[in-house]
Amino acid sequence: MTQDPNVEAQVAPTEVGANAAEAGDRAVMTEPHDAYSDHEVITPHAVDGHVASRLDPDAPAVLEVEDLKMYFPVKSSGLVRRTIGHVQAVDGISFQVPKGGSLGLVGESGCGKSTTGRLITRLYQPTGGSMMFEGQDLAKLSNREMKPLRRDVQMIFQDPYTSLNPRHTVGAIVGAPLAVHGVVPKNKILSRVQELLEVVGLNPEHYNRYPNEFSGGQRQRIGIARALTLNPKLLVADEPVSALDVSIQAQVINLLQDLQKEFDIAFLFIAHDLAVVRHFCPEVAVMYLGKIVEIADRETLYSKPYHPYTQALLSAVPDVKQAAIGGRRERIRLEGDVPSPINPPSGCRFRTRCSLAQEICAKVEPPLLQIGPRHKVACHFAGELGQHPVAPVTAGLLGVDDHGSPTSSGPAATPLTSGPGYEKEWFDVKSRQMTSGAAG
Amino acid sequence: MSDSSPLQLSDRPPEAEGHLLQVEDLHVDFHTRDGVAHAINGVDLHLDAGETLAVLGESGSGKSVTAQAIMGILDMPPAAIPTGRILFRGQDLLTMPDEERRAVRGPGIAMIFQDALSSLNPVFPVGWQIGEMFRVHRGLNRSDARSAAVRLMERVNIPAAKQRVNAYPHQFSGGMRQRIMIAMAIALEPSILIADEPTTALDVTVQAQVMDLLGQLREESGMSLILITHDLGVVADIADRIAVMYAGSIVESAGVHDLYRRPGHPYTEGLLQSIPRLDMKGEELFAIKGLPPNLLRMPEGCPFHPRCHRVRDVCRVDEPALREVRPGRRSKCHFAEEVLDE
Ligand SMILES: Nc1ncnc2c1ncn2[C@@H]1O[C@H](COP(=O)(O)OP(=O)(O)OP(=O)(O)O)[C@@H](O)[C@H]1O
Ligand SMILES: Nc1ncnc2c1ncn2[C@@H]1O[C@H](COP(=O)(O)OP(=O)(O)O)[C@@H](O)[C@H]1O
Ligand code: SF4
Ligand code: SF4
Ligand SMILES: [Mg+2]
Ligand SMILES: [Mg+2]
Repeated sequence: MTQDPNVEAQVAPTEVGANAAEAGDRAVMTEPHDAYSDHEVITPHAVDGHVASRLDPDAPAVLEVEDLKMYFPVKSSGLVRRTIGHVQAVDGISFQVPKGGSLGLVGESGCGKSTTGRLITRLYQPTGGSMMFEGQDLAKLSNREMKPLRRDVQMIFQDPYTSLNPRHTVGAIVGAPLAVHGVVPKNKILSRVQELLEVVGLNPEHYNRYPNEFSGGQRQRIGIARALTLNPKLLVADEPVSALDVSIQAQVINLLQDLQKEFDIAFLFIAHDLAVVRHFCPEVAVMYLGKIVEIADRETLYSKPYHPYTQALLSAVPDVKQAAIGGRRERIRLEGDVPSPINPPSGCRFRTRCSLAQEICAKVEPPLLQIGPRHKVACHFAGELGQHPVAPVTAGLLGVDDHGSPTSSGPAATPLTSGPGYEKEWFDVKSRQMTSGAAG
Repeated sequence: MSDSSPLQLSDRPPEAEGHLLQVEDLHVDFHTRDGVAHAINGVDLHLDAGETLAVLGESGSGKSVTAQAIMGILDMPPAAIPTGRILFRGQDLLTMPDEERRAVRGPGIAMIFQDALSSLNPVFPVGWQIGEMFRVHRGLNRSDARSAAVRLMERVNIPAAKQRVNAYPHQFSGGMRQRIMIAMAIALEPSILIADEPTTALDVTVQAQVMDLLGQLREESGMSLILITHDLGVVADIADRIAVMYAGSIVESAGVHDLYRRPGHPYTEGLLQSIPRLDMKGEELFAIKGLPPNLLRMPEGCPFHPRCHRVRDVCRVDEPALREVRPGRRSKCHFAEEVLDE
């Protein structure tokens, strides 16, 4: 058998059927077993170009999150542990995940990405806000009411080394959700588990092995198989490849893309690696200190970001291509560290590290403003890199002067903060007027 | 900084002959219950004064073991070095008496460890820990060691160093703790600084800060750097040369731009293709199939052959040698010329 993956593609055309795993008739290509690595990963399907999902602007939302908040209490030390403050881990975020689509969530560590994921899967009870999923508000359901929905909303965890119980066999780990939800008869569990192992490219005969007998990349596949067990509609993937080596990372990303296409799963894809997110997600939200500061379709966010934080994040990404041509990019240096979420800065939370910050930034919080058909940004001086306006674009809308002090005319009549979705009309930052884009 | 400052870097004479550091045919075995693991199988590399070498490889490829062998901090047993030479300024570190070897550590070769974030002692103030370098190696008194620590903290861009010299590690962020580890490593002005994955646990923004700092320190002091990483992108800006490791051997070495422009080994080729890039529309990702080999049961022939997309019959039986395939470029592949010429 030839070793060239592209040749494999011609030999065995893809066998992707919508419910193949359910029907149990998947034709899975196996490689001859290799003498050197007992745990050789089996190519799950023929490689037919693992195509990333595209943005479908008309796709209905499978999840609508509005003004979601999670405040963790901070206790004093000592005998009487009083609450002396709150970590505002997530502070009023809104977004949509379209059906079968994927939204990326990026930002530095501690900005609230994992907390967001854990809220959606209801590992945490939110402090406020709503999370509409299939007509029900996940935020308001009791644990008992949540149980049937847990089947539909699953999570893949960051760390393949600690997220699997070392004392349980792979079969028990992957099969547990089936037993808990009683979806298949007991005597069918094993065969379903084996199907799932095949789907994620593991040897189905390894169901009775333990997690420590697998490599990091393989453990991540076990975690993925477990998440797929109940045919979820929404998968929250929290840094699914961050702990993996580059060569294994690519295998897992390709696998997730295949599964998404095959089973029409919507993803909330959390990662701090902007290149991985660009690869996977047609739409991306950037978080900073518990807030979304910019959200847009992939092309806009990566080629024309308007928020100084997004611009700095992108410029910090190491660039292999530049190295090839011997060029060195000018980096925007982000000085200092992320401030404490217990006492976030007033006004714009990014202002302590922002080179554009002015008086108004300390006084008034910039609203997350829709500035394009699928582009929202929260910055008083929103603009393309090097073309940020001199006067705040938000002043008129907020009813303040250029320094952030209230004016007599009051705020503009235009609705400011839109909900989780996008409006047909938006605020054009250049003309500072509402537009529908029709004229230009 | 005054002339008498301990941080003042002396002008070192240029190396009269040979390289500052030269590793020749280094082998490291680990004697385990299940057998002998050949973790390092004949590593050759060299480093000149002021030069930055990046060592790139996947988890388990032997980067840290190589670095530990150079530093002389391998636990033997279980480790053993059956063959090899490590020449520092022309002298073989492996045959040197222990005492001389210890004197090289610190002022000669210093290292920042992979688990740096957890290797600061939580019960001592950071300033005290940095100062210890000066107290022990330079015999400075407490207050002089303290001021030297403050100057070092300033040098690695820790804001308000004077006020924070007495703070404890947990009061610093990950990025700052990493900078403190760097401060300790450069305290004795080493000619070679080995940084083992200095930014792996950090965010991109902090990563960029730390790499900038290492670059800046190198410019200021003229020291040589060995940067160990599994991330191709991180070292792109700062390294002069790259050595790629796979299963305990160097499979390719080249100038950084040459290697990124045109890899000369199928493994490097696969790695470069499998990283998602910012400029990529993100449609298709090449994945190297399979896993790195088990070091207890290394494959016959070329160690990469079970995963290689260019494998041919000869690869299964004949192990290729690392050889010069272009001026300044070495590759451990029978078909290196083909890879380069395509
Ligand atoms: N004390 C030890 N006993 C047995 N084997 C060891 C020991 N230390 C390292 N090894 C083995 O040597 C090989 C090389 O390890 P090394 O730590 O150098 O990898 P690395 O390239 O630094 O990987 P990473 O990117 O994960 O840090 C691995 O297979 C490892 O399991
Ligand atoms: N269980 C918890 N109790 C208190 N604070 C928490 C808890 N979980 C997370 N946090 C805090 O909330 C913030 C956001 O954390 P997290 O969502 O894990 O960030 P990210 O995933 O973006 O790195 C951090 O400041 C973190 O320390
Ligand atoms: S609102 Fe002000 S501080 Fe915040 S990002 Fe914009 S310019 Fe910077
Ligand atoms: S020697 Fe053969 S198997 Fe090894 S890297 Fe070269 S082509 Fe691949
Ligand atoms: Mg996280
Ligand atoms: Mg290591």
